[in-house]
Amino acid sequence: MTPIIATDAAATCADWRLQIDPLNEHEETAITAQIHHYPQPQAATIEALKIVQEQQGWVSDGKLKAIAQRLQMSPDEVESVATFYNKIYRQPVGRTVISLCDSVSCWIMGYQGLAQALTQELNIALGETTADGALTLLPAPCLGACDHAPVAMVGDHRAHKLTPTSLILLARQAREHSS
Amino acid sequence: MTDSQAMNQRIDQPLSQNIKADGSVTTLAEYQSNYGYQGLAKALSMSPSEVVDWVKSANLRGRGGAGFSAGLKWSFVPPLEKLPGQRYVICNADEMEPGTFKDRWLMEHDPHQLIEGLAIAAYAVQADTAFIFLRADYDLCAERLQHAINEAKAAGLLGEQLNDAGFSLTMLLHTSAGRYICGEETALINALEGKRAIPRSKPPFPQVSGLFGRPTVVNNAETLCNLPHILYHGIDWFANLGIGDDNGTKIYGVSGRVNNPGCWELPIGTKVADILALAGGMQDGVQLRGFLPGGGSTDFLTLDHLDLAMDYGTIQHAGSRMGTGTMILLDDQTCVVGMVLNLIQFFAQESCGWCTPCRNGLPFIRQILTELEEGRGQHEDLEHLLELCGYIGFGNTFCALAPGAAEPLQSALKYFREDFVAHIEQGCCPHGNSPKVNTGLEKEAIL
Repeated sequence: MTPIIATDAAATCADWRLQIDPLNEHEETAITAQIHHYPQPQAATIEALKIVQEQQGWVSDGKLKAIAQRLQMSPDEVESVATFYNKIYRQPVGRTVISLCDSVSCWIMGYQGLAQALTQELNIALGETTADGALTLLPAPCLGACDHAPVAMVGDHRAHKLTPTSLILLARQAREHSS
Repeated sequence: MTDSQAMNQRIDQPLSQNIKADGSVTTLAEYQSNYGYQGLAKALSMSPSEVVDWVKSANLRGRGGAGFSAGLKWSFVPPLEKLPGQRYVICNADEMEPGTFKDRWLMEHDPHQLIEGLAIAAYAVQADTAFIFLRADYDLCAERLQHAINEAKAAGLLGEQLNDAGFSLTMLLHTSAGRYICGEETALINALEGKRAIPRSKPPFPQVSGLFGRPTVVNNAETLCNLPHILYHGIDWFANLGIGDDNGTKIYGVSGRVNNPGCWELPIGTKVADILALAGGMQDGVQLRGFLPGGGSTDFLTLDHLDLAMDYGTIQHAGSRMGTGTMILLDDQTCVVGMVLNLIQFFAQESCGWCTPCRNGLPFIRQILTELEEGRGQHEDLEHLLELCGYIGFGNTFCALAPGAAEPLQSALKYFREDFVAHIEQGCCPHGNSPKVNTGLEKEAIL
């Protein structure tokens, strides 16, 4: 009997620890503070992912493994949480993310025209990042500002009653600020 | 007439009385100058079970959509003598129902009202820890709520030894990472435990075994905002605010092609037409055809229903639900097939994937609706859609997401069937420019 499977598994386990991108001091401090809010460290998973993302722009494999180690979880467990939530990015995104609301009220009020104008202006499809790494364009589920429809988040600014022209202007401004 | 009676008569919009037209936030000092935190003070002078009975008698029904009595919900938490130890209250501020923006309005403008309400709920069920579960995109709410929590703590309104009996309360703000299903209370509890937000099997109900296996109460933000006023002004005052069978006020909203979209605090039971009048009527050249009364997961109603009272019983009797009370209007320039497709796309994307009818049924419906919208549909598709609505209906799924998704579809087929037929017979969308929704594939590519 050759324990090939067991050996491979052991090798994989050893392997992931080598690929950790350690948490920086700020991430470590902020995550530790969040852990104290809960009776078990795993409960801080979403906060930990958001803290890392705020620092790095996204959550890399290496950082995900560092979070797993800090919260005493397996990387797969953290990954299952990271991939579940819309606002955790497991791929690099642009310096500014534009989230365009595509839900019902914004759709009625002109979402499609906005999406068309912006994808043309930026020469990218929804879900893509501009070549200069400045902007990522994402469709977003209802942003809860239907009284101001159509709306988008440009970074952390919520823009109201958009027209194709005003949205393009905001995107250009965001691009300038990020360069 | 006593002073307090005179004041009671004046206050008919308690939840929005501090909201300023310029959009700025109510400070602690401003909030306290208008009996702020006096409802909590009154609660803290009563016994917890008296507070539960008080709110039960007021018949405050859950404003998140289900309409369940808040006091009754609390009363299912076992008494401390029977089940000692940690217990939690959670404010459900994960407002992600399409077309709904009422909780954001309340929290952005008057965060202390929510904090006071949540503290009252915590006291009633003897919880020493309260969480505000806030949706990911409400950045301004997050900033203002955290600031208000800090203010309340610094002023000794939250923290240790809040009354002679030694009640203490820690309040924490959790911002979500975004998923509609987090609004389902057991999924919300899983999210707060740092897990995938998948609904839990009930029983046990959260009041017995919720967050970290401890007794937990989850109340909607607007529901909690009512509590300070009910405690301060009393049950009779609250009962007199409503027009019909229900008590209190409701934050109603309107979005769509109207002149003045927005939300307003009105007596619960206000007529649909009166709410629409506040929205300033339809835009020029646009006719109203129907409306979703309370968010994306409620059945369409039509022009025949404009005289109905917006309360739980009346709207349910008419075949829909009051839901969140924020209406989405269907006009004659908007393609109803496209609108339903947009809603189904939302629900298919936001399904947690746990149970098969929802995970597979919604994308199947999306496919059929896409073909219909693009003019490739068949007459038998309509019967097939109705059949699928049954498969994803109540009793077949783990939670209410998929049954909710079926509501706008089944009612669109009932009231606007001719629009579906026109798509089939003309081989295209009669609105021509009707927007094609993105399939969500773009989004999946990055996430």
